[in-house]
Amino acid sequence: MAKRIDVSNVDIYYGAFHAVQDVSMTVEPRTVTAFIGPSGCGKSTLLRTLNRMHEVIPGAHVKGRVQLDGTDLYGAGVDPVAVRRVVGMVFQRPNPFPSMSIYDNVAAGLRLNGVKNKGVLNEAVERSLVAANLWNEVKDRLGKAGIGLSGGQQQRLCIARAIAVEPQVLLMDEPCSALDPISTLAIEDLIGELKEQFTVVIVTHNMQQAARVSDQTAFFNLAAQGKPGKLIEIGSTETIFSNPTQKATEDYITGRFG
Amino acid sequence: MSLDTSSTPLSFRRPSGLRTVKNGAAWVYVSLAAVLTVIPLVWILYTVISQGYRLVLNSNWWLQSQRGITPRREGGGAYHAIIGTVEIGLICALIAVPLGILGAILLIEYARGSKAARAVSFAVDILSGLPSIVAALFIYALFITVFGFGRSVIAVSCALTLLMLPVVLRSTEEMLKLVPDSLREASYALGVPCWKTILHVVIPTAFSGISTGVVLGLARVMGETAPLLILVSYAVGINFSPTSATMGALPTMINSGRDQAPTLPGYERVWAAALTLILIVMLLNLLARGIARASKLKEK
Repeated sequence: MAKRIDVSNVDIYYGAFHAVQDVSMTVEPRTVTAFIGPSGCGKSTLLRTLNRMHEVIPGAHVKGRVQLDGTDLYGAGVDPVAVRRVVGMVFQRPNPFPSMSIYDNVAAGLRLNGVKNKGVLNEAVERSLVAANLWNEVKDRLGKAGIGLSGGQQQRLCIARAIAVEPQVLLMDEPCSALDPISTLAIEDLIGELKEQFTVVIVTHNMQQAARVSDQTAFFNLAAQGKPGKLIEIGSTETIFSNPTQKATEDYITGRFG
Repeated sequence: MSLDTSSTPLSFRRPSGLRTVKNGAAWVYVSLAAVLTVIPLVWILYTVISQGYRLVLNSNWWLQSQRGITPRREGGGAYHAIIGTVEIGLICALIAVPLGILGAILLIEYARGSKAARAVSFAVDILSGLPSIVAALFIYALFITVFGFGRSVIAVSCALTLLMLPVVLRSTEEMLKLVPDSLREASYALGVPCWKTILHVVIPTAFSGISTGVVLGLARVMGETAPLLILVSYAVGINFSPTSATMGALPTMINSGRDQAPTLPGYERVWAAALTLILIVMLLNLLARGIARASKLKEK
């Protein structure tokens, strides 16, 4: 199910502003890749190009190639909507649909893509909530509003919503930055389980989190404010954290940034 | 010069006498303003209710027209005028609500920030300040002078649409703006196309606000008088036809009886018609609140 991502020579722009310069990397199926680096270095921007979410912002565009198992996501005739069905995303702040119940939130992706069969929906909702470690907490109140849950529960609800459509790749943009340590731990455990099925790419500002959850780590940096962000180094998480080849990576990881 | 408090002992005493006086004066001002605002409303309500309640409580008021009733005779009701007001309001809403909501969707969801959107927004702003008499005369010029149609209930509704449209469009726009982009992105990330996102995520999230705007717009046009005076003749009989050139409506019923001598029975009917109009508008407002409440999911 999980797919391999090949990013080659990608440049990303917001209008005239060059946000990310010449990034190439490979993400293997069923692994967790963490993007780390200072604010403004283009981690989230790169993440959003992996499911063509970047272009939702007016003026934003991408050069280079992003391939999913050999298919270019930016090729001619590729429908961004179809891409996003295969590459799911979890956002920084929990964003359950306020007009929908817990059940409807999880079922939204399937329903809005035309699935009407009650049995299929019930099965998918339960499977996704179980996978997101939320089932036991909400199984008795599936009809209540999703926004009535706590922040950590809401974020797990959003993860359940994202995996209910059975994507091949799951992108997570700082999924724990708005959560307390206990909820964070729950999500991190969940990421460990999710990688058995999905290819996961996670942006995080928390170095320990990157070290805990990821197999591969990519460090991004920018020369100065207003300059494009660059991929400085990518390698196995163990190598990046214990024996990085670049000084900038070591400085950032050890907290001697600058 | 910086205020160095570290050397002087801390003081938590009450403010000086002058400050207390200023505070008291400001408090009186603010309260007075609030009371003055409420006085006219209470006064109007009291007068209208006390003068009109007797007829409104009578079931005949809601079931009979004024056919054959002269100002000197007791009896009759406002049924003909209620039909007119409700029918005109409905036709108006039928045109203005889809146009307003769809227009707002275009401006916010598809053309946000573009030059064309700004131009349309500006036009809507101007339209929202349009006096009702101007709207009525415009429709008169267009329908009757240019196209040669007769005066009709539909013409009234079209004139009122010009007044209701900006209210609906503007309020829908504001409500759509309040829907966070993160919800749209969450929906896109599930592989949901833009139009389904609008229909199933954005609109339901903004639904209570949009329905409030619709009802408030409707309440506004139901009380308008100028288009009724210009585009249709007041009739005392029951009539449902939207193409008819004569139709009773509550504002024109009030207008037609406004110069009755206070001693005549017709005088009381004017107050009762005013009360009926207030009741209908109030009912609409309650309805808007009901819809807003009913559309909200229980959280716990």
